[in-house]
Amino acid sequence: MQYFPFVVVAWILGVGLYGIATSRHLVHLIICLIVVQSSTYVLLLGVGYVTGAVAPYYYDIPAHTPAVDPVVQALALTDVVVEAAVTALLLSFAIQAHKRFGTLDPQELVSLKG
Amino acid sequence: MTPGQRRWVFGLAVAGLAAFYLWGLSGLPGFGDYPGPYGFAILHLAVQQTNATGVVSAVNFDYRGFDTVGEEFILFAAAAGISVVLRRLRGERERSAIDEAADRDVPPTSGAVRMVALLFTGPVVVVGWWLASHAQTNPSGGFQGGVILATAFVLVYLAGEFMVLRRFSPVALTDAVEAVGAGGFAAIGVAAVPMGRAYLYDFLPLGQTPGAVSSSGTIALISFFVGLEVGAAFVLIVGEMLDQTLLIRGRDA
Repeated sequence: MQYFPFVVVAWILGVGLYGIATSRHLVHLIICLIVVQSSTYVLLLGVGYVTGAVAPYYYDIPAHTPAVDPVVQALALTDVVVEAAVTALLLSFAIQAHKRFGTLDPQELVSLKG
Repeated sequence: MTPGQRRWVFGLAVAGLAAFYLWGLSGLPGFGDYPGPYGFAILHLAVQQTNATGVVSAVNFDYRGFDTVGEEFILFAAAAGISVVLRRLRGERERSAIDEAADRDVPPTSGAVRMVALLFTGPVVVVGWWLASHAQTNPSGGFQGGVILATAFVLVYLAGEFMVLRRFSPVALTDAVEAVGAGGFAAIGVAAVPMGRAYLYDFLPLGQTPGAVSSSGTIALISFFVGLEVGAAFVLIVGEMLDQTLLIRGRDA
């Protein structure tokens, strides 16, 4: 039984969450959110890993060669694309927040709007 | 809330999360001992059933194609959301594309940057296109290909100017391509329904050789449309961001 990859997941998640909780800048906060989401890639790929197996592509290897779970890989793939799009959307919110309130500090934004 | 209190609340929440995580972990098989019957069933059936050697693409565009439709529309909605959020607000005006301070000495783009960007634009388009059209073969597909195709447009911006980028990718055309990409995926799914098949059923001929470009029926076609959608969405997002910095000026500017 090996748990090391899941420890890495917890560490990436923890670092990202700490960054979000203590952030003083919206762009920094968005990057921390990306870090949090990165932990899901490690978790998905870690869950589907099979010792000694290859990537699930049968172009140049014999059929029925043991391979890792393709379902979690497909999930990680779509996860990456959605993350990129959602990050762009959040950054555009940050642009508008800066225009409107003249600051990117989430704690000042709270005190401005109540 | 003071930063000190915030840290306390955070600490409590993390302790709770850690407890749940450890609890969940205790029920997981160890790393490398994945028992998953679903994944292994697909591994054994995918190449025979779909003639695609890229099993991840087969999962994405066929077995769980319905999830991917939803996921693609997240991207579509995000791009639309960015267009709405970054629209011209009241009191802002669009700067004309003509240089307003012609007398000011702006350092030109360095020759090295322009050269590298120009050299890479062609190959990047080829790689993006190749990835978008080989989902059924190897680790590629519309998502990866689309992002790389969009990179080509960013290189055009780096090599030239913003106006050159706009000439290569007019907003109306980019919008149309994005809509065709997103709608094409959904339409391929619906096309199976009048034939008495389930939504997104692979109704096209699967070809002879597994993993050939012409194999796997709708998987290849859907990947192509996803490539269009992803590429156009990212070109649109980059364009909106550049608009914001270059063309729109605020009330006080």
